[in-house]
Amino acid sequence: MEKTTSINIEQIPVGPKVKLNGKPAQVVLTDEKIIKDLLPQKFGKKGMLWVGFLLLVCAIGLFAYIRQLKYGLIVTNMRDYASWGIYISNFVFFVAISLVGSLITAVLRLTGVHWSTPLTRIAEIIAVAAITFAAIIIIVDMGRPERFYNLGLYGRLQSPIIWDVVVITTYFFISLILLYIPLLPDMKILLANDPEKKGFFYRIYKFLGSFWKGTLLQFRISKKAINILCITIVPVAFSIHTVTSWLFATTYRPGWDSTNFGAYFISGAFLVGSGGVAVAMYVFRKFYKLENYITDLHFDKMGRIVVMLGMLYLYFNINEYMVPAFKMKKSEEAHLMGLFTGEFAPVFWTAIFGGMILPMIILLFKRGRKPFPMFVAGSMVVVGAWLKRYLIVTPTLLHPFLPMHNVPASYKHYFPSWEEWAIAFGSLAGALLIITIFARIFPIIPIQETITEQHEKNNK
Amino acid sequence: MDTNNTSRKEFLATLVATGLTLAGCSAKKTPFDGIGDEHTKPSGEKVKLLSVDGEVIEVDKAFLKPVPEMPAVSNSEARIGIAGKKFVMVIDLSRCKNLKKCQEACNHMHHVHSELNWLKVYPMQEGEHTAPYWQPTTCMHCDHPPCVKVCPVDATFKRQDGIVLIDSDRCIGCRFCMAACPYSIRVFNWEKPDTLSKELCEQPYSCETSMPQKVGTVGKCDFCPDMARKNELPHCVAACPNGTFFFGDVNQDSVTNGAETFRFTDLIRDKSGYQLMDDLGTHPSVYYLPPVARNFPFEKGLENDHEKI
Repeated sequence: MEKTTSINIEQIPVGPKVKLNGKPAQVVLTDEKIIKDLLPQKFGKKGMLWVGFLLLVCAIGLFAYIRQLKYGLIVTNMRDYASWGIYISNFVFFVAISLVGSLITAVLRLTGVHWSTPLTRIAEIIAVAAITFAAIIIIVDMGRPERFYNLGLYGRLQSPIIWDVVVITTYFFISLILLYIPLLPDMKILLANDPEKKGFFYRIYKFLGSFWKGTLLQFRISKKAINILCITIVPVAFSIHTVTSWLFATTYRPGWDSTNFGAYFISGAFLVGSGGVAVAMYVFRKFYKLENYITDLHFDKMGRIVVMLGMLYLYFNINEYMVPAFKMKKSEEAHLMGLFTGEFAPVFWTAIFGGMILPMIILLFKRGRKPFPMFVAGSMVVVGAWLKRYLIVTPTLLHPFLPMHNVPASYKHYFPSWEEWAIAFGSLAGALLIITIFARIFPIIPIQETITEQHEKNNK
Repeated sequence: MDTNNTSRKEFLATLVATGLTLAGCSAKKTPFDGIGDEHTKPSGEKVKLLSVDGEVIEVDKAFLKPVPEMPAVSNSEARIGIAGKKFVMVIDLSRCKNLKKCQEACNHMHHVHSELNWLKVYPMQEGEHTAPYWQPTTCMHCDHPPCVKVCPVDATFKRQDGIVLIDSDRCIGCRFCMAACPYSIRVFNWEKPDTLSKELCEQPYSCETSMPQKVGTVGKCDFCPDMARKNELPHCVAACPNGTFFFGDVNQDSVTNGAETFRFTDLIRDKSGYQLMDDLGTHPSVYYLPPVARNFPFEKGLENDHEKI
């Protein structure tokens, strides 16, 4: 028999008036209640529908990709001028949103912010899922995916693509470990609370975490490891998105030829990541009934962070667009006018207003930082960010230095084919599927840390 | 690498070996296959040949076979280039009237996909009131090639003789080079070229002929190094009836369009030659002569411009 008690799971009844966000909480959070509330829950009817829907979207995406493998990239609507399309913008989006893992887990932890504890695992699984699909989508974009191993055989360090491969791989593994280590104490709780002590999940927990006994030494080592990882992940996170921005900024093209690109991309990445966390917080809170753990206070604080990051990103956007527009160099003019008033103007202004300014206005008000408005604002930020990535990638390519000539008319415009849409949405669904399945197997809010913090709060 | 693609050295060695021993030499499939087997009988008539190490040797005529085409050079040789050369092109804009014979010849000889062109002829106009002109544009074979800088797998490379080539057997199809090239000269084989015969498809790829083009890889103007090896001009140069293109070697300081030959430095100095977007620091190997004292009015070229807008 497994021992069910450990040094940290003591059964101390909590006083009736636990203060959360200045208001008396209605519930008493005992250890049993925390464990009971936060254990992974079976999919309900809605959950099953959701998983089924995601699987369907993934399947359609897979079918489209099989067609692409069979016929070549001709099934896309990318052509010689728009040689990068929504695959690459989707890749940039994934890399961007994955940065939130480092923000919530590492930056806030290192700066001694405690309220973010319940959000760390949400942020970290978003990071892992997004970075996984960033890697997948870049392979999808390759003309010869079966030659991927050439990167190892003939890789040349001078190419920013190799830098990207190196830093993204590093980030993936650090994120994975940063997801795993804080999961160990929870794994012990999961093992202890499995009623049947068998089954697939039980075996997973046992395989991944049975060595965790919860001794003081283990806690000390794990704390140290997490600290080291938090420190290392910050520069790596900055690198992944800086290098991703360099895929564009190391070329001469109007709209990409910018020294600001790294900072511009990172600020945008933190914004979309926080927006994504806001959406995930709302969804998990609603469907897993986590109102006692993800409280209004968390939404309020996250809302403030989103506003701050929105301002930062807006600042970089003004730099990126206003300064070249002030000069209106001949080579930049067609590109900029295409965004401001031309064929990309509807998407451009949707991204600027819908994805940045409007959500910021909503979140500036206290009532706007309540859960549901936060969900709406977060969704706007995420959708706006996806569109923004498209605007960064494709319009520039459609404004080359030399005129577009001696090519079929279809080469001069770009609108993704159904295969591209299917694959792009398939990849988004795939990332959501990873998050969904993770939340089915593991507690999405760290149980052990919640208990520890609750004890600290009671002792005060 | 296929056995057809043995290196030139190896090929010549085989020639000598065959000539000297007359015996069933290498098992490799060379144009000399079948020599030395019992079906070939000596005719008694001898011919004198010069071996690679300068010795005169005698071979029975019956053992000689015509070589239809020199086999392609090996990949490693194709990556080094032709020793002692530094190729250069001069395009005289005053001679172009958008006939596109260059483009036709290039597409035909390289079996380029029918939707793609390695060589493009742009109608250019610098300012509102400046005169328009036709600008044939090849790969610039830059000395600081942005495409080579960004290639993650060394699939596109710069040779000693100045030529930038693509190894389509190595290209992973990431298209970073296309984004990096400010001249938009690179094309992508979005599907298998519709112009390839079955026979050509089965040939091993050669960086110097850039054939056969492969689906999912990048293609571009290669300055026809296979022609240069034969001391012949690139297809576009040979095809232009107006002598717009000059090709040559900087080391020899001479360029020719087949009919006229100029000292390269004189031509560039006297006619104020320039490079395209050299302010980007790409150091192109292609020079343009400005469209002054033109042979044809710009409008003449419009007849041949079937651009759909």
